[in-house]
Amino acid sequence: MLPLDLLFEAVLFGILLGCFYAAVSMGLSVSFGLLDVPHVAHPAVMVLGSYCTYLLTTVGLDPIVAGVLLMPPFFVLGMGAYRLYYEAFEKRGTEAGVRGIAFFFGVALIIEVGLIVAFGVDQRMVEASYIGSSLRFGDVRIPQRTLVVFAVAVAMTVVLTLYFSKTFTGRAIKAVAQDEPALRLMGANPVRIKQWAFGIATAVAALGGAMLIIIGPVEPNMDRLYIGRTFAVVVLAGLGSMTGTIAAGLVLGISESIVLIHPGLGASWAPAVSFALLLLVLGVRPQGLFGR
Amino acid sequence: MRFWIGAAVWIALAAGVAVFAKNEYVFFATYTVLMFVVLATAWNILGGYAGYVNFGTPAFFGLGAYTGAVLYKAFALPLGLQIVAAFVMSGLLGLFAGILTLRLRGIFFAIATIALVVIMETLFINWRYAGGATGLQLLRPAPLWPFQSYITMLFMVMALMVVGAVAIARYIERSWIGRGLRALRDSEDAAECSGVPTLRLKLFACAVSGGLMGAAGAPMPMYLSFIEPASTFNLNYAVGALAGAMIGGTSHWIGPVLGAVLLSSVQQVVTVTISNEINVLVVGVLLVVFVVAAPDGIIGFFRKWLSSK
Repeated sequence: MLPLDLLFEAVLFGILLGCFYAAVSMGLSVSFGLLDVPHVAHPAVMVLGSYCTYLLTTVGLDPIVAGVLLMPPFFVLGMGAYRLYYEAFEKRGTEAGVRGIAFFFGVALIIEVGLIVAFGVDQRMVEASYIGSSLRFGDVRIPQRTLVVFAVAVAMTVVLTLYFSKTFTGRAIKAVAQDEPALRLMGANPVRIKQWAFGIATAVAALGGAMLIIIGPVEPNMDRLYIGRTFAVVVLAGLGSMTGTIAAGLVLGISESIVLIHPGLGASWAPAVSFALLLLVLGVRPQGLFGR
Repeated sequence: MRFWIGAAVWIALAAGVAVFAKNEYVFFATYTVLMFVVLATAWNILGGYAGYVNFGTPAFFGLGAYTGAVLYKAFALPLGLQIVAAFVMSGLLGLFAGILTLRLRGIFFAIATIALVVIMETLFINWRYAGGATGLQLLRPAPLWPFQSYITMLFMVMALMVVGAVAIARYIERSWIGRGLRALRDSEDAAECSGVPTLRLKLFACAVSGGLMGAAGAPMPMYLSFIEPASTFNLNYAVGALAGAMIGGTSHWIGPVLGAVLLSSVQQVVTVTISNEINVLVVGVLLVVFVVAAPDGIIGFFRKWLSSK
């Protein structure tokens, strides 16, 4: 067993890490959780967002500002991507499953290689006043950037939760997730609503990408590591629940950080944690923590 | 009957090349192409007939490769036995994965198979005897008679394995097993209600598909004289297997063969003439274009062309 102070530290960092995982999973929580789109390319879109953030910071912007500025173009990109997906698969109806997944897998590859061609395989990172410095609480040092990500993650959760419960479009998105034929009967156009929602998901993924590059250096094939983490968080959350996403992020963050700090296990076991958690959830409680 | 004549002609052709070709690179490149034919064919048993998207190819392939390497290091087992052992080990892994993911369909199954890859990779990174993260150097033994060099022998082994894999896939496709798998692809509940033993069929498909991938991986450590986790459990194998089958067409055994030959030949050419990165890009673009524009793959074109005449 771990000594108590070490455990405390692990839990503390786990909470910060967990909020980061929640932040990067938020977009998938909308696109996969609410819309049932098998968006395996979500982490790749996020890494694309990280590189765009990097480009914007080279002209002197703060990474968070850059992330927010990226949201409108990514929103449009997401609407376009959903249109293509809809025309090619959902409209044809049957057997979209296998080919839909393969489609997004191909898209992820294209983004990944595109980034390698444009930037090379070297790691990229961003500079800001809060990156590199840390706060001291007694014996514990907390890097300031994790606090920044923590704040953004909480803000994102609050905004999205409010959006989905208070605004008209937000409620329509929830409605389309719950019962599409009923919405159609009400005279609404589910495709347009889904397109809008996928745009939001992609915009949120861009902001997640900014978080990713604030937390640490980014490389083009990093998305492979995050496929497991983001899907683990979204499934554990119970598809489409924003509060659940934060809770699930915390579960993953804390378990990963305990494994990381544990003397018998260590860093080489950390990537397996998310997947083990995912398999466990799928086996034991497929509807997740906050399942519908 | 025509199939077996074709197979015999193919073996004779491969043997002819093995005897007469002087350039070692021919074998080196063709080996990879043939390996992807086996992988795509194996992928198609589960992915094409049963409709379960498997991203776990590297897990089965890698377990096969490591089974071969560890058995060679421990007992200097001959290649044939390594392949048999790899088939059994990866088949068992397939069975295990099938039992673990019984209730999962669609994207959940796909994600669970990615999980399998990461967990296998983590296990082998932490297993010191098998080389850990740094890998294991292996000395090739002398090639068996009548082969001049080891790489020629590996080429011939892979050529035989292609026949084996395709024969198994073809048998499954044409027997009641294939009909059952197709039924459960279209509707698992309806198939179950009609008396199709969906559970046993699914497990069988998982095991055979996984076993063949493992067998394709077994000669890999000998091919490279080296094995290490990061490249062995690389997702590029998953992409290659999946893309080969999807591009060729999943409804007939010839589809994955055509798709994999086309795809990996293009890849070999691109790797040599342009760069290794662009070759992955080619796979991505071809995959997206085919699933959007030609849902039935190359064999879909052929069918249309035949029926329009």
